This record gives sequence, C-alpha cells and structure tokens, in this order.
Amino acid sequence: MKNWFHQAWRPALVMFVILVGWEFACRMFQVPSWLLPTPTEIGVEIVQGWRDYHHHVLSTVHLTLVGFVIGVSVGIMVAVMLHLLPKVHQAVYPLMILSQNIPIIVLAPLLVTWFGFDDLPKLIIITLVCFFPIAVNMIDGLKRTDQDLIHYMKMAGAQKRQIFTKLEFPYSLPSMFSGLKISATYSVMGAVISEWLGGNRGIGVYMTLASSSFRTDRVFVAIFIIMVLCMVFFGLILLAEKLLIRSQSSGKEDQS
Amino acid sequence: MSVLDIQSLTKDFGPQTVLQGLNLHVAEGEFVSLLGPSGSGKSTVFHLIGGLLQPNHGTIYLDGENINGQTGSISYMPQSPSLFPWRTIIENVILGAELFGKPDKEKAKQMLQRAGLGDYIDAYPAELSGGMRQRAAFVRSLLSPQSFICLDEPFSALDEFTRVDMQKWLLSIWEEERPSVLFVTHNIEEAIFLSDRILVLSEKPANVMEEINVTFDRPRSEDVMLTNDFIAMKKQIYQTLRGE
Repeated sequence: MKNWFHQAWRPALVMFVILVGWEFACRMFQVPSWLLPTPTEIGVEIVQGWRDYHHHVLSTVHLTLVGFVIGVSVGIMVAVMLHLLPKVHQAVYPLMILSQNIPIIVLAPLLVTWFGFDDLPKLIIITLVCFFPIAVNMIDGLKRTDQDLIHYMKMAGAQKRQIFTKLEFPYSLPSMFSGLKISATYSVMGAVISEWLGGNRGIGVYMTLASSSFRTDRVFVAIFIIMVLCMVFFGLILLAEKLLIRSQSSGKEDQS
Repeated sequence: MSVLDIQSLTKDFGPQTVLQGLNLHVAEGEFVSLLGPSGSGKSTVFHLIGGLLQPNHGTIYLDGENINGQTGSISYMPQSPSLFPWRTIIENVILGAELFGKPDKEKAKQMLQRAGLGDYIDAYPAELSGGMRQRAAFVRSLLSPQSFICLDEPFSALDEFTRVDMQKWLLSIWEEERPSVLFVTHNIEEAIFLSDRILVLSEKPANVMEEINVTFDRPRSEDVMLTNDFIAMKKQIYQTLRGE
C-alpha cells in the first residue's frame, strides 16, 4: 500500500495542479460554461446527472465487452491460422494491414447502410479495431519462439501439434497480452465511435446529444467516463496477465 | 536394450560433404564420446540420429531397426539447457515423457531428489544456477521414454569448476543407471574421464580418425585425471587431432 502511494503521488499531484489551474483560469477569465466548464461544474454534473446517463454507460460497457470478446477471438484465430499456414500468411498479411488503413469515420456510415442500425455494424467496427493489435503481436510472438527450445522439441520427437500447444502458444502469450492491452483501450473508443452512428443508447449517443445542445459539461462527463472505462479495462487485462503468465519477467535474465 | 549402429553414413550440404562414410557403434550400456574440433560435423551426426535430417547414404540402426529420418527415437540433451521458462522444474523434467504419454511424477520427484534438486522441484528455471539447469536437463533426458541418450556438448557453456562438478555428477548418475550414451564434446579431458570409448573425428568431411578404448576402472574418481596413463592418453589424442 505504501509502495503504491509512493508510485502514485507524483502523477496525482500533476493531475491536481492541472485541475486547479483550469478551475482558476476559467473563473478568472469568466469563460462561459458552454465554451469550457470548470472541473467543479463537470464534477457536479457527473454526480447529479448519473440517473440520466447511467443507462448509456451500461449500454456502452455491454457493447464494448461483446465487441472485445469477438475481436480478441478473431485476433487469436487469425494469428494462429497465419502462423500455422505460412502461405496463407503471405497472401493475407498485406490485406490485414490494409484493413487498418480504412478510416473508421468513412467505414462506419457505410456499415450502417449495409447492415442497418442494429448492433451488427457496431460490433464489426469494434472487432476491426480490436483484432489487429492482438493478431500482429501474437504472430510476432509465435515467430520469435526460442529456436533452442524448438530444436529440443524436434529432437525429443514432438509432433508439430505438440510443438504448437506446448511451446509456441505459451511462448506467445506475453506478446498476446501486449496486444490485449492496446485492444482493451481501442475497444472502448471503437464502441463510442460506433455509437455516434445512430441508435439511442450509449456514451457516444449521450456525447453527440450533449455536444449539439451546447451542454459542454456533459461532453466532458462523457470524456471522463470513457477514460475511466479504458483504465478499468486496462487494469483488468494487467491483472489477468499477472495471474496467467508465470515467471516470464524473471525468465529474461536466465538466457545468459 | 538400446544398441546404436551407424553404417557408412554420408551427408552433403549442397556441394560440401560434412560426413563421409561414418561408422559408429554404441553397445548396450556403453558410454561413447565423439571428440572433434568445432565445425567437424558432430552436431550433424546428432541431427541425423534425431531424424531432423536425412542422410545421403548409409543407415542408422537402433536396436536393429532403421531409424533414418525418424524423429523421437532417442532421448536428447542439448548444449543449452532448453528448459521452458514458464514451467517449474518438475514440469520441465517430465516434458520428454509427456510427449509420449502420461508422465510419472513420483519417479520424476525421486530422480530430482537424487540429482540434488529436491529443494527446487517447484522452482522456475530462472531461479536456478547454470549447473542446476543442466542437471535438470539431464534428468529430463533420463526420464524420457527412449533409452538411448544423446548428449550434445552439455557442459560447454559452464565455467571450469562447475564443469568438473557436473562431470562427476553425471558419471555418478550414469554408473547407477547405465543407459547407452553417445556424448559429443570438444574437450579431451572430459571425453577421457567419462567414456568407455572415444572416437576422434577428423575435420570436414568428418570421419573417425582414431578409436580409443578407455580402460580406467569404474566407478571413476577425479584422481584418475592426474595419473600418467590419463595424461599419456590426452597427449595421444591431442597429437591425433593436430595431425601428427
């Protein structure tokens, strides 16, 4: 606990100073609240508005989770498939990178045109932004598997399947988690962006409504919620990583 | 039973001939060393026995059965310990057995106790010293279902003191278990100290230049290294390798 405080007080102090400066500046220059609300105004809205916006939060969390799970599954499947089938890897890898070059802002309305206002286009967007970091990181991790260990496995008479399940897959887990951390944050962003498209629930919707009615304080509430969601998500992934990956960090020094 | 018999084994890599008509025999319970300079194709011999490579000519028989290009016929201990960092020591040493069925954890525990790793059964490889990791790797090869063991310069990465300790340790375990062993090394003393027979390999293309029977009594102690016979043998091998 003490250790935690030791690490956290510096960023907390910086945050606090920024907020105080913001509050002070807004009051001193009498900035109208539709232009830039003060942190206290935003804080009040966070507390008082909870009844109005909590269903939006739940909806976004739900959408994010479902999209994240689909995105992660697709990412892992793509990575494993491309690793096991080098020819497919060669054929599909450029396409995979291209898929990330399509601006979501352009793609989103198209998806709505094709699939309507249901959850389907939203999930497609989240999956599209989520699968990529996992797939790319995991493919790298699988490829980087220690050659000495592979050599041992082959000499010991391991089947190709055993080399994959016992060696390559566990070896790639730390890389997969690097991808998961990125995807976790992306998934929240993806969910919010997909909600801008339409529908009547979600932080994205709340944000659009607030923005068009000049309720700038609510826009900031939305930003705050998105940040909290991202952090919680990120934290959960960190926790899962700690529980799942054994001795990897200390395993580094033994390579000498 | 595990008898290895290699007959006129030849291997080319492109235009280069690495092995030329190599003959080799390891009898039941025998400890045979392949001694040669670096790059003399010692590792290629292992890759052929292990089935990772196909010979251009010749046949490898294990217990009378042709095992050319057939993986999983021998138990193997590589130069680096090659332990899996996310597996505990016990999980690591049963890996070889795990590939072919359900491993015997009790036996593994006993073996680790005897190898002096009793306190490290549930430790991760990163927590062990270099010598201990090599011991774990050797225990893993002993616990593998194949009874013929190939050791590929297992102590070359260790410091001098640890190496001598490990040689003594290996010898003590081997003298109890008596598996058939083919040992590859470039260390002359190590070869004499451990083996029943030494095959001195020439440079590329590798072939057996000289075969030496090591007749020191077993169980052997470290003192044998200081006897005149030992030193004479060392000199003889050294001269053979130098081509004198």
